[in-house]
Amino acid sequence: MTGAVPKKDWMDTPAVFKPGNYCYPGKESMAAYHGKNLPGKFGPARVWDVESDDWKLVDNWQQILLEGMKERLEKFRSFKIFMDCCVRCGACADKCHFFLGTGDPKNMPVLRAELLRSVYRNDFTTAGKILGSLAGGREMTFEVLKEWFMYFYQCTECRRCSVFCPYGIDTAEITMMGRELLHLVGVNTNWILEPAANSNRTGNHLGLQPHTFKENAEFLLDDIEEVTGIRLNSLTFNRKGAEILFVIPSADVFADPGIFTFMGYLLLFDHIGLDYTISTYSSEGGNFGLFTNNELMKKLNGKMYAEAKRLGVKWILGGECGHMWRVIHQYMDTMNGPADFLEVPKSPITGTVFENAASTKMVHISEFTADLIKHDKLKLDKSRNDHRIVTFHDSCNPARAMGLLDEPRYILENVCNNFHDMPENTIREQTFCCGSGTGLNTGEIMDLRMRAGLPRANAVKYVEEKYGVNMLACVCAIDRATLLALMQYWNPNVEVCGVSELVGNALIMDGEKERDSGLRFEPLAANEGETDV
Amino acid sequence: MKVLKALGIVLVLMALAYVGVMLPGGRTLFGVVFPYLALAIFIIFFIAKVVGWAKSPVPFRIPTTSGQANSLPWIKQNKLDCPSTTAGVIGRMVLEIFAFRSLFKNTRAEIHEGPKLAYGSSKFLWLFGIMFHYSFLLIVLRHLRLFTDPIPAFVHALEFGDGFLQVGAPTLYITDLVFIGALTFLFLRRLVLPAIRYISLPADYFPLFLILGIGITGVLMRYFVRVDVVSIKMLTHGLATFQPVISENVSGLFFVHLFLVASLLAYFPFSKLMHLGGVFLSPTRNLANNSRMVRHINPWNDPSIKPHSYASYEDEFREFMVDAGLPVDKELPPAPAEEVAPAEGGASAESE
Ligand code: SF4
Ligand code: SF4
Repeated sequence: MTGAVPKKDWMDTPAVFKPGNYCYPGKESMAAYHGKNLPGKFGPARVWDVESDDWKLVDNWQQILLEGMKERLEKFRSFKIFMDCCVRCGACADKCHFFLGTGDPKNMPVLRAELLRSVYRNDFTTAGKILGSLAGGREMTFEVLKEWFMYFYQCTECRRCSVFCPYGIDTAEITMMGRELLHLVGVNTNWILEPAANSNRTGNHLGLQPHTFKENAEFLLDDIEEVTGIRLNSLTFNRKGAEILFVIPSADVFADPGIFTFMGYLLLFDHIGLDYTISTYSSEGGNFGLFTNNELMKKLNGKMYAEAKRLGVKWILGGECGHMWRVIHQYMDTMNGPADFLEVPKSPITGTVFENAASTKMVHISEFTADLIKHDKLKLDKSRNDHRIVTFHDSCNPARAMGLLDEPRYILENVCNNFHDMPENTIREQTFCCGSGTGLNTGEIMDLRMRAGLPRANAVKYVEEKYGVNMLACVCAIDRATLLALMQYWNPNVEVCGVSELVGNALIMDGEKERDSGLRFEPLAANEGETDV
Repeated sequence: MKVLKALGIVLVLMALAYVGVMLPGGRTLFGVVFPYLALAIFIIFFIAKVVGWAKSPVPFRIPTTSGQANSLPWIKQNKLDCPSTTAGVIGRMVLEIFAFRSLFKNTRAEIHEGPKLAYGSSKFLWLFGIMFHYSFLLIVLRHLRLFTDPIPAFVHALEFGDGFLQVGAPTLYITDLVFIGALTFLFLRRLVLPAIRYISLPADYFPLFLILGIGITGVLMRYFVRVDVVSIKMLTHGLATFQPVISENVSGLFFVHLFLVASLLAYFPFSKLMHLGGVFLSPTRNLANNSRMVRHINPWNDPSIKPHSYASYEDEFREFMVDAGLPVDKELPPAPAEEVAPAEGGASAESE
C-alpha cells in the first residue's frame, strides 16, 4: 500500500479486473434510455461483462474514440493544453487520495493523464506520428481501453492535483474527457447511468415519484414536531408564485443523515418566514450527467431554470450539495442561461443583494445563512450543539471549483461552541476528497472507497484524538452518504452531518417547547447533567 | 534504458556536429544553415502551436479556486488565488509565471504504519526549478553580447552582477554554476526518486541532456578550452545581421555547442518544452472566478438539448400528483364512468 514502484514500465503493466475493483456496467435498458434521448453519445446498449475479454464493442470503436478525441480537442482549450504541457515534474503525484490510499502508481494524477496523453501523442502530434514510442506514444488498443476504464473511475474529479500543478493541469478535466470518450463506445457504469436516468424522468436520482417525494419530505415534519413541539406549515411543493425556488440534493429527503440537514433547512426557512417552494419536477440538484458528458449534464441541469420560469419565482436557492454546485457555478449560466426571467437574488430578510450571483440568480444556502447570521436575524442557542465537537470537511467542489470556504465556517462558529479545523494540508483548497464522488459511491467497490478515503479519515482521526471531535460537518449530499461509511470504517466515534442540521438544532423557534433532544432525537448535553433555564 | 536512449541521441548529435564540420561545406551547414533553419522552425511552429491552442474555445469558466471566492462583502476574498477581476487574474498569473507559486505550495505526503499520513512542506522542486529557469534566462541574455554591437548597457550590467564573485580569470559567472547545479539536481531527482523515475519518458531526459550538453560545452569554452572569441563573435554577429562569415579559427567545440542549441530550438515546439507558451493559456489559472456574476458564452452550446419537459413529467405522473394534492397544470380528464372499466392490468405506464 505504501506503493513500492513496479519494476516494469507502466505501459507494460496491464489493468486486471477483479471483483471489487470495478463498478458494474450500465444495464442495457439504462444505456438504451440515454441513447434514445441523446443519440450517439452513449454507444451501443448491450449486456457486457467487465472481467471478460470481450466487451462486445462495435468494430470501429477505436475510430470512434479517436474521432471523439479530435472533436474534444477542438472544443476544449483546456484539453489541448493539458495534453501538451505536462512536464512530468511529479508535483501532483502524491496529491491524489487514490494514490495515497492504494499505492498504485497509475493513480498518480500525472500517470492517469498519461494514459490518455500517450494515445494523444501517438495520433495527434507530429513527434508522436514520426517517433512513436520514443516520443511516448502508443496505439489505442483494448488493453489501453481497459486502463482507461479502470483509472478514469478511480478518479473522483476532485481537482486537488490541479492546485499544485505549475500549469494548473486539472486531471479532473482529463478524466471528464476520458469518461465522455468511454461513453461514446458504451463503456459505462450503472451507478451513474441509472441515477441519471431517474433524474431525467422523475426529477431526482433516487427515482422518487412526485407523491413519494412529497410524502417523504412531509414525514420529516412529524419528526420536527416531535423535537420542537411545532408543526411547520411553510413547506409547499410546486407552488406557483413563490418568491424562491429551493433546489436540494434529493438524498436530503430520503437518506440518513441528509434528512436531518433537510429538517435544518425547513426550520430555518420557517424561522425567517421565507416564501419558498420545492419542486418535485426539479427535485434533484446533484447532476449525474456531469459524470458522463456535457450533453447529459446540460439536459439534467436545464430543469432548474425551466421550473423557476414555470413557477414564476424570483430567484433560486440551492441546498448543500457538492457536484450540484460545481455545475451551477461553472456551467449552468453558460449552458442553460440566460436566466433573464429571474431577478438578481436579494435576501427578503436582510435586503442583501447577492452580487456574486447576479447572472445565474442562484445562491448557496451557506451564503444565504451566513448573511442572516451576520445581520443578526436568527435567534440561536449555540449550547444546543454542545454535545457536538465539530470539524468541517470542505467538500471538493465547493472548495476547489467555487471558492466557498469561509461561509460554512462562519455559520459553524455561530451555531456551536466547539469547532476545530483539521490540519491545514487537508482543508480549504487542499481538502481531501471523501473518496467516493463522481458516481463511485457504490457498494461493489467498497474496499477501494475506504482506501481512497483514507487521507480524509486520517485527518479526522487527528482532530478526534486531539480535540475529541465527534461530528464531521460538510456541505455536500454525496459526502453525507460516503463519509458516513468512511467514518464507520476508520473513525467509528465520529458522526456526519450537514451544516444546516447544526443550524436547525441551534435555532430558537417561536412557540417551541423546551427541547431536550436534537434533530436526531439524541439527548442534548445540558440534559445529561443538571437542567437549568 | 530510457535514460540511455536519451543520452545516446544527444551524444550522436554532438558527434554529428564535431565530425560534420570537418567535411566540405560542413562549416556553412552547421554554422549558418542549421541555426537559421532551427530558428525558423522554432518561430513558425511555436506560433502555430499557440495559435492551435487559441483556436479551441474555452467553453466554460473552470478556474481552480485556491482560496476564498468573492462572496458577501464582509467575507475576505483571496484576490490572488481566487480572483474575480482581470486585475486579480493578472496578479495570479504574474506570481505563477515569475514565482512558480503553485509549486511553492508543494507538500510531501507519506504513509506510515497505522496507517497514518504525514505531510511536510517540499520546496526543493520549486527552488531548483526556479534556479534553473532564472539562470537559463540570464545566460541567454548574457549571450546577447555576441549578437549585438554595441553591446547594450543592461548586458554589461548583467555580466558585472553575475561575475561579482571575481573568482578566477576569466571571471566565474554565478549563473553558470547555478545552471549546471540545478540541471544536475533535476536530472538526479528524476533518476533517484522511484515514483518520478516511473513517470519519466525519454522525452523528459532528452531535453535535460540536451540542455546539459549546451551548458557543459559552453562552460568548457569559457573556462577550460581556449577558443577564439573574436571569430566567434564575428560569426554570431554576422548571423544576427544576416551577413554570416565563418573564420577558420572557430573551433569544433563551438559548432557542437551551436548545433545543440539549434537542436533545442527545433525540438522545442514539438515537445513538453512548450509549457513556456502553455502556462499563459491554462484555463484553470487565467480565468476570473466570476461565472455566477457574469454570463459567458459557449460557442458550441447546442440549443436543441432541452430538459425532459415539465409537461411530459406531469403527463406521466398526473394522477399521483392530484391524489397527493400537488398542484397540476392540466386537470385530470373527468373520470369516465369508473364502474364500467374492468380492473384488469390497469395503467402501468410507470413501471420501475
Ligand atoms: S504537476 Fe502538472 S506538470 Fe507536473 S507532472 Fe503533474 S500534471 Fe504534469
Ligand atoms: S482529480 Fe482528484 S482523484 Fe482525480 S487525479 Fe486529481 S487528485 Fe486524484
